[in-house]
Amino acid sequence: MPSDAAADTGSATRESLISYYRDMLLIRRFEEKAGQLYGMGLIGGFCHLYIGQEAVVTGMQAAIREGDSVITAYRDHGHMLTCGMDPKGVMAELTGRIGGYSKGKGGSMHMFSLEERFYGGHGIVGAQVPLGTGIAFAHKYSGDSGVCLTYFGDGATNQGQVYESFNMAELWDLPVIYVIENNKYGMGTSVERASSTIDLHQRGAAHGIPGEAVDGMDVLAVRAAGEKAVAHARKGDGPFILEMVTYRYRGHSMSDPAKYRSRDEVQKMREERDPIERVKALLASDGAEGDALKEIDREIRGIVNQAAEFAQNSPEPDPAELYTDVLAA
Amino acid sequence: MPAGLPASVPDNAETEYAGETTEVTVREALRDAMAEEMRRDARVFLMGEEVAEYQGAYKVSQGLLDEFGAKRVIDTPITEHGFTGLGTGAAFAGLRPIVEFMTFNFAMQGIDHIINSAAKTRYMSGGQVSAPIVFRGPNGAAARVAAQHSQEYSSWYAHCPGLKVVAPWSAADAKGLLKAAIRDDDPVIFLENEILYGRTGEAPTDPDRIVPIGKAKVVRDGTDVTITGFSLMMETALAAAEMLEQDGIAAEVIDLRTIRPLDTATVVASLKKTNRLVSVEEGWPFAGIGAELCAVAMEQAFDDLDAPVARVCGADVPMPYAANLEKLALPDAERVVQAARAVCYAG
Ligand SMILES: Cc1ncc(C[n+]2csc(CCOP(=O)(O)OP(=O)(O)O)c2C)c(N)n1
Ligand SMILES: [Mg+2]
Repeated sequence: MPSDAAADTGSATRESLISYYRDMLLIRRFEEKAGQLYGMGLIGGFCHLYIGQEAVVTGMQAAIREGDSVITAYRDHGHMLTCGMDPKGVMAELTGRIGGYSKGKGGSMHMFSLEERFYGGHGIVGAQVPLGTGIAFAHKYSGDSGVCLTYFGDGATNQGQVYESFNMAELWDLPVIYVIENNKYGMGTSVERASSTIDLHQRGAAHGIPGEAVDGMDVLAVRAAGEKAVAHARKGDGPFILEMVTYRYRGHSMSDPAKYRSRDEVQKMREERDPIERVKALLASDGAEGDALKEIDREIRGIVNQAAEFAQNSPEPDPAELYTDVLAA
Repeated sequence: MPAGLPASVPDNAETEYAGETTEVTVREALRDAMAEEMRRDARVFLMGEEVAEYQGAYKVSQGLLDEFGAKRVIDTPITEHGFTGLGTGAAFAGLRPIVEFMTFNFAMQGIDHIINSAAKTRYMSGGQVSAPIVFRGPNGAAARVAAQHSQEYSSWYAHCPGLKVVAPWSAADAKGLLKAAIRDDDPVIFLENEILYGRTGEAPTDPDRIVPIGKAKVVRDGTDVTITGFSLMMETALAAAEMLEQDGIAAEVIDLRTIRPLDTATVVASLKKTNRLVSVEEGWPFAGIGAELCAVAMEQAFDDLDAPVARVCGADVPMPYAANLEKLALPDAERVVQAARAVCYAG
C-alpha cells in the first residue's frame, strides 16, 4: 500500500483523516439538527451545542483505547457520539423520549453509557472534575491500566473543586487527563474577564502537573498532544493538563443573545480556523477524493435524519417511569 | 446530662439473632463493621481526613491501616468538596467507597456531590449508573463547640430522593446497619454521634449478620404514648419513659434507626395502640423529622390520634457556646416528659 500521508499531515494516514472528518461532520450535522428540533419545540430546556469544537473530542478519542473512560459537562453531545454512543439514543434523550439513553429522564445535559465508559453529562459547572478524578482513582485501584479523560470549560477552571482534584490527582498519581476546552467564553464572560491568569494550561503548576496549550481547531495537533498526555498518565506519572484552545460558533445555549462578542469574531473563526474544513483541505486533493467526501456527507445526513426521526417517534416515557430508577430495584 | 440517663446502651441485638455477641463500644462496632466488609469485598475502601495513620479523628478507624494498607485506607487532604466528588466518581466506576467526614458539619462543602452527583445520577441515567457509597461520620451536637461544629443534619439528607439516611443508636445497630450500608447499591448517609462512640453494648460477632436499612425498632413497650427518637436522643427518650413510668404513664419508645426510608408502619402501628405521639430529635423544628412524623400521623392515623402530635426539638437557633444556653438549646428528658404528659392530658 502506498503511503498516502500528505506532507503536512504528519503521521496521519488518509484512513485516519477520513475517519476524523467523518466523526467531526457527524457531530456538526447532529448539532445542527438538534438546533432545528429545538427551534421546532421538540427539545426543551437547556441545550448546549458543540459546533466549532469538534476537533477536540475527535482528536482526544483517537488518543485513547478501549477500557479508558470519559466524563464531561453539559456540552456533551459530541463526546457521546465520539465515544460510540448511538445518535438515535442521544437525540431521543434530547427530545425526552423512552428511547433516549436515560429513558428521557436526564435530557441533553445528563446522559451516560457504561458500555462505552462514558460517565456523563453533568450540569453543575466543575462537578465532573472530581468525579473524573475518582474514575481515574478506580482505574488505578483496580489496576486495569485505564485512564480517564476529564473535560471541562474555561469557566469551570475557576471552580475550587478543580484545584482540590488537581492536588489529589498529583498526590496519588492518578491516571487522569484534564482537558480544558477553552472556547474563550463561559456563557457571556470572556476568559479575560473571569480569570486572573489566562494561560489555563499552567493552572496545575502549583501542584506540579504538566500542562500544554494545544490548537484545539486542529485535530492532528489534538491527537498528538493527547497521545503524549495519555502515555504520561498511563505509565503511572499522574495527571496531565491539556488546554484546548478552541471556539464555539453558536450561543452558550439556545437562548443566547450573544451581545458579548461581535459577528465578525465568529465569522473570522469559521472562515479561517474551522476544524472540518482544515481536514477537508488535507484530503480533497483530487476529484475522486471529493466524491468520497460527498459520499460521507450523504451518509452522515442519513444517520442524523434517522436519529431525528427516531427521536420524534420514540414514545414519551410511561408515567410509571416517574418513580423508577430512584434507588436500586 | 439529665438525671436518669442510662450509662450504657442496652443490648439491642435483633431478637432473631441467636449467635454469639461480644461487648464493644459503638466506636469499635463501627470499626468492626468496616473491617468485616473490607475483608469480604476488595472493592470497599475507606477515605477521609486522618482515617489512616492517625487512626481516625475520633479513633473509629483504629487498626484498619495496619490490616488493609494504604491502598484501601486513605488519608485525604482537607478537601471535602474534592474527595466527596472523587469518592462518588469511584463509585460510578464500580468501587464501594466509605467516605468519612471528620464531622458532618464539613460535609456541607461536599453536599453538592452528595445530592447532585451521588443521589441523582441513577435517576438521570435511567438506571444505568449507580453510586454505591457510604458517607459517614459524627453528626449532631457536640459539647461546647458552638454553632459551626454542632448541628444535626438528618432532615437535610432525608429530604432527598436517591439517598438513604441511617442514624443508629446501639452498638449492635451501629455495626449491623453500617454493614448493610456498605453492601447497599445506593448512596447511604450514615449519621454517627460523637457522644455515643464511647457507649458500650453487645454486638453480634457473626460477619454475615446485618441489620436491614428501613426498619425502626420498638425498644420499650407501652400503651399510653409513643415516643420516637434516633441516635443520641434515644437516651433522652428512654430516660423520659422511665420518669413517666413513675407517674403511671406507660410510654412505648421507638428507635427510628433509619430516617429514609422511614419505617412509618412501625410508628403507625404503635400509634394505633397508644393514640399519642411525641417525636424527639436534636435538630431544628422547621421541616424536621418531627414535622414529617406529624404529617405521617395525620395522613395515616388521623382517626387514631387522641391529641395533636408533640415535637421536642433542638431550639430554633444556631447552637450557642455558653454552657447554660447550650443546655437550653437541646432536648432533655424533662421536656420529653412534659410533652408526653401534655398529649396524655395529664396536666
Ligand atoms: C456551579 C454552577 N454555577 C453556574 C452554572 C450556570 N452555568 C452553566 S454553564 C456556565 C458557563 C460555563 O462556562 P465554561 O466552563 O467555559 O463551559 P462552556 O459552556 O464554555 O462549554 C454557567 C455559569 C452552573 N451550571 N453550575
Ligand atoms: Mg467556555
